[in-house]
Amino acid sequence: MGREQAPLSVALKQAGPIPLDVALDCRPGELLAIIGPSGSGKTTVLRSIAGLYRPAWGRILAGSEVWLDTEAGTDLSPQLRSVGLMFQDYALFPHLSALDNVRLAMLRSEEPARSRHAAALLGRVHLQGLEARKPDQLSGGQKQRVALARALARDPKVLLLDEPFSAVDRMTREPLKEEIAAVHRSLDIPMLLVTHDLEEAQALADRICVLHAGKTLQIGAPDEVRLRPRSALVAKLMGQTNLFRATVDADGRIRWGDRALTVASTSGFRAGQHVTCLIPPDFIALADGDTTASNVVNGTLTGVAPLGEMTSLTLGVADHQLRFKIGAREAAARNMHVGDAASVQLDPEGLHLLREA
Amino acid sequence: MDWTAFSLSLQLAAWTVALLLPIAILIARLLAWGRFRFKSLAEALIMLPLVLPPTVLGFYLLVAFSPQSAFGSALKSIFGAPLVFTFAGILIASLIINLPFAVQPIQRAFEAIPLNVREAAFVSGLSRWETMRRMELPLAWPGIVSAIALTFAHTLGEFGVILMIGGSIPGETRVLSISIYDSVQAFRTGQAGVMSAVLLAFSLTAIAIVHMLARRQRTGPHGP
Repeated sequence: MGREQAPLSVALKQAGPIPLDVALDCRPGELLAIIGPSGSGKTTVLRSIAGLYRPAWGRILAGSEVWLDTEAGTDLSPQLRSVGLMFQDYALFPHLSALDNVRLAMLRSEEPARSRHAAALLGRVHLQGLEARKPDQLSGGQKQRVALARALARDPKVLLLDEPFSAVDRMTREPLKEEIAAVHRSLDIPMLLVTHDLEEAQALADRICVLHAGKTLQIGAPDEVRLRPRSALVAKLMGQTNLFRATVDADGRIRWGDRALTVASTSGFRAGQHVTCLIPPDFIALADGDTTASNVVNGTLTGVAPLGEMTSLTLGVADHQLRFKIGAREAAARNMHVGDAASVQLDPEGLHLLREA
Repeated sequence: MDWTAFSLSLQLAAWTVALLLPIAILIARLLAWGRFRFKSLAEALIMLPLVLPPTVLGFYLLVAFSPQSAFGSALKSIFGAPLVFTFAGILIASLIINLPFAVQPIQRAFEAIPLNVREAAFVSGLSRWETMRRMELPLAWPGIVSAIALTFAHTLGEFGVILMIGGSIPGETRVLSISIYDSVQAFRTGQAGVMSAVLLAFSLTAIAIVHMLARRQRTGPHGP
């Protein structure tokens, strides 16, 4: 809207009480999802950006504006930082109507433009007709929409979303997700989404930042982080369970026990090196007939779990469990049971090698 | 009926509420959200008038007001005369003994406001003053009304401290409770009965208001 579109750049470091070692940036119009287990410091990162938490060392820049520079002694108050923050449990003003909740975040603008803008924001998140309701007369999803409208009311330079879906039920989650996707499409500002839900992160984010014990482990496009994790820890944090130890053979091949597998690349590894190998579930397919074809692995089914449209299968191979999914109709046609022998083919494109820790 | 005493009691209660309320709001806010050393000690000091015999408090105030003490001579230079046996003297005493009645309900009300709602106000661009005016005070309002009612009623009922440092000077320090005591001493039982009934009605109303507000706070839009 005629304003400088400023990227956000964040660097935070401290040993305690909450350990932080964070370096990330977010371009205007980009949605960066910060994922990590609870206690990994995700919310602290957002609070630091908003000015509600002061780390021992930090530098936060919004374009040319310095919001925090502990070395230079700069630390702008939350009021001066121009962020929109959507709190995990809404944090609406309980004594004010939905409209007044939004209006209060726009004290700098004059009436009647203020009320008109507030009503327009509520309309934008599909809350027309509910302007006069107090928070305790709204459902969880509606409260979260008011919180979103309020976060947008300041015309913020950065939008921060703290676990926006965790407090709402499953039915409300999808439309709310669509709401946030719509805001993402229409706003040309950096957006940070904190979540522990990998599916949300993959569905909404342009890039994913994996945080563990306060440290940014990897930042990249969702598929890059999912399929090419930098370490076994990142793979596990991204929900990958199909990891096994193998040895690099010559030219594009590895050995897993007595099995030889073709992989897309062994560059960066030398022959004989011990590695951890990742095979994401969507690169595993049931193998029919020829069990001697390349990259076919034989095992015994140890789990058959219907998940509605899909059926989750677990194949025991030596002392490893490979998990993958097939269509429910295919599973029914094959009449698969625990204890049956089965063979799968591992797509070389999916086999990704990780350095041993 | 000693109308002078009745009017004096109302004046004392009104002045106490007016002067104590802003102080109590600041102290309550500090105790609710502030983090500082000796916080427990500060809370204990404010609660002290609840448990201390009025005579003990009265004694210390007498000593403090005495022109021989540093505090007393400072007060004397401000007010031009010693504060014992004056309205200003019993007003200062009243401010001190009412601290717990004014601070406690407001502190509880502030404590009931979630931290993230205050943070939401900051992030929404509201200055500390705007946050206090538009968010904290409206949310703490039932606690503030409780504090007003309790302080008012308690001031009307105060006896011991006022007798110790104010005595019973008509139009200056003889408030309703003292007047009732004097009437009984002089065997004017009828007059004592009327004044006691007035005091009873006032106090009952005040306490009823407090309970009504407390219930509204529990079940209303702001709680629990």
